[in-house]
Amino acid sequence: MIDQVGRHVLLVLVENRPGVLLRVVSLISRRGFNIESLSVGPTEDPTRSRITIITDVDDESWEQITKQLNKLIVVHKITDLTNEPSIERELVLFKVNAPAEKRSEVIEIANLFRASIVDVGKSSLTIEATGSQDKMEGLEDLLRAYGIKEITRTGKIATARNSKDV
Amino acid sequence: MADEKKQQKGTVAIAGAPRGLGSKNPKQGQTMTGAQALIASLEAEGVEVIFGYPGGQTIKMYDALYDSTQLRHVLARHEQGAVHEADGYARATGRVGVAFATSGPGATNTVTGIATAYMDSIPLVVITGQVPRAMVGSDSFQESDIVGMTMSVVKHSYLMQSSENIARTVREAFHIAKTGRPGPVLIDVPSDLLDEEVLFEYPDDVNIPSYRPTYRGNVKQTKAAARLIADAKRPVLYVGGGVVSSGASAEVTELARSMRIPVVTTLMAKGAVPSSEPLNLGLAGMHGSRYASWALDKSDLIIACGARFSDRVTGDINSFAPEAKVIHIDIDPVEIDKVREAQVPIVGDVKRVVTSLTLELEKIDAHPDTQAWIELIGEWRKQFPLYDESVGDLPDEVVPEIAMMKLSELLDPEASIVVTEVGQHQMWAAQFIERELPRTFLSSGGLGTMGFGFPAAVGAAFGCPDKTIVCIAGDGSFQMNMQEMATAAINDVPVKVVIVDNRALGMVRQWQTLFYNKRYSASELDSVPDFVKIADAYGWKAERVERPEDVVPAIKRMLSDEGSYLIDLVISRDQNVYPMVRPGKGLDDVIGVIDSGEGRTMEEGGAR
Ligand SMILES: Cc1ncc(C[n+]2csc(CCOP(=O)(O)OP(=O)(O)O)c2C)c(N)n1
Repeated sequence: MIDQVGRHVLLVLVENRPGVLLRVVSLISRRGFNIESLSVGPTEDPTRSRITIITDVDDESWEQITKQLNKLIVVHKITDLTNEPSIERELVLFKVNAPAEKRSEVIEIANLFRASIVDVGKSSLTIEATGSQDKMEGLEDLLRAYGIKEITRTGKIATARNSKDV
Repeated sequence: MADEKKQQKGTVAIAGAPRGLGSKNPKQGQTMTGAQALIASLEAEGVEVIFGYPGGQTIKMYDALYDSTQLRHVLARHEQGAVHEADGYARATGRVGVAFATSGPGATNTVTGIATAYMDSIPLVVITGQVPRAMVGSDSFQESDIVGMTMSVVKHSYLMQSSENIARTVREAFHIAKTGRPGPVLIDVPSDLLDEEVLFEYPDDVNIPSYRPTYRGNVKQTKAAARLIADAKRPVLYVGGGVVSSGASAEVTELARSMRIPVVTTLMAKGAVPSSEPLNLGLAGMHGSRYASWALDKSDLIIACGARFSDRVTGDINSFAPEAKVIHIDIDPVEIDKVREAQVPIVGDVKRVVTSLTLELEKIDAHPDTQAWIELIGEWRKQFPLYDESVGDLPDEVVPEIAMMKLSELLDPEASIVVTEVGQHQMWAAQFIERELPRTFLSSGGLGTMGFGFPAAVGAAFGCPDKTIVCIAGDGSFQMNMQEMATAAINDVPVKVVIVDNRALGMVRQWQTLFYNKRYSASELDSVPDFVKIADAYGWKAERVERPEDVVPAIKRMLSDEGSYLIDLVISRDQNVYPMVRPGKGLDDVIGVIDSGEGRTMEEGGAR
């Protein structure tokens, strides 16, 4: 009965209070699962926050995790986007080696991906990019040729497509 | 709506309102200190007893408590003892148990008690002192992050941030502890809040939109369950602790009787269905009888009521009850499909669901044909008794099984509560002590906490002064919290303790006998201390019993004595608990079953 391990996307609507994130995260980490991506922020209602969690687990454990999360008193609502049409976004900052002679090449690549240059140093550029995972991976591949000094990600946020109530 | 309210009140797990006066309390609307507000909140909630231990960060609470005429504070001798006492009080009475501890070491001492209550879904409110807010996080003296440490063993917890929230937080904590699936709630109170001036307004209602347990079972599923029961040939009711917390004993027993369905119980549910009910087969699983285990294992329909398919019951889950469909009734959706897939899951309060289920069964005029099944189980019951003389115990030794049977005969099941520690003695007690009522057999089922039983017995004695409280302990377990003898002695609450004394950590030693070539690594205790002298030092009466003929007279002396009394019951180290399902194996792979009065069947080659 070994289930497939797969990528799961979960939106958790919680109380916007201290300690809440810890409760949510520890329920997942306690079972030995790694959280691939996590982001939190207040919602249209400032007393609530929405957490987007992406993790790799088998379906059976996933069901347990969602049920356990639902049981937490600080959790208002859980939406499983794993098999739902949804939009996922992540903002990535790339700090790339770009000595003067390469700078225009790097800028051209950034433009191609509709990314913007947010900081310029003597020998490096910081690029801010957002988009789908494919797009980010494509950009990363191209930038690698110049030497990436640092990648910083916000963690993915997600929302259901259409007017599905989330 | 009114009807709905009334029905909700009827069920322990549902009624969330204060037991006390709530907003009608006499202090409502007064201005007072945070410490006074905390105490007034507990009074408004209807608390009668608090088990605790003071310290620097709770001294203000204790000062306010000094003025309370309603609250009785029981000074334990260890914070672990205090929490187990509150737990025993809760198990025996069905009320919320309350414990106090100070910050730092006081708080960390509560962790085992909280975890024990969590595993067995016992409603507790544990209030800990914390260093003042300005010092939190600075490694100040006696600071510990108790909210963080207990996060995975509480139903909910609060780090109080403002004195205005004291009343509301206490109200919420009690509501959460006792509704839905009950459990422990921790409130950590920074001590500076206790000095602030607050206007005391105790609320009656709580508003927690994110907490709405499901009480009423799904109608469609209930109908589906009724149809399965009507068609079943070999059904079995698998009754767990949820039946006790929901107060559903009468309903479940009636369901068994009206449909003629055999019952097996978990350790937590002992007493939920009377032992005298012929359909009740008692404990199944690791040390359950062969007939109870087989009834589960060979059934075609398991009706699980407030039970969670613990590995101690099912053995190897992959070979468990291969032909059974499962109806799973539980208030906690997490339990559904967690271990065993349910064909018909019903999330709801057991009492309500079983009531609707019984109505539905009447409606469809269900009469499952279980006669052959009951007869078959009856034959197993004759063939595989839990004890008979054919096992060849020595005539000059105290036999634990017989001692338990005698004790059971001498106890009034309506007026006694039996509390156990953890180990072999716990299993003998579960096998041989007969119980007629729920909340009269208390044991640490989920966590298996040695050191729970004795303080829990003390707590039960505070909650049920009209009942005889008997703690069945092992010599190992008793030593874990025996300082609580002082708590019983000083407060004049009589507790009877029977130490089944094998001078060993018997259950560990049993495993070493059976599976580790009798290599008794760290499992033998020797005859230290002298429990009779210890009892004497605490002002208890006590005697040692070494001969079989002395057992009954000694128990009689113990039970007829007014005060606390200890019997040090000396048994052989080599007594083992049987039957025993081989660890990790299915319910069929059992050692030590008695077959047709031919002694125990022991497979050779015990070592794995
Ligand atoms: C706090 C704690 N530590 C260790 C154990 C492991 N353990 C389970 S049973 C047992 C032996 C119990 O000995 P005793 O209380 O003398 O009872 P007996 O088995 O001899 O009846 C031990 C050590 C436990 N359950 N709880």
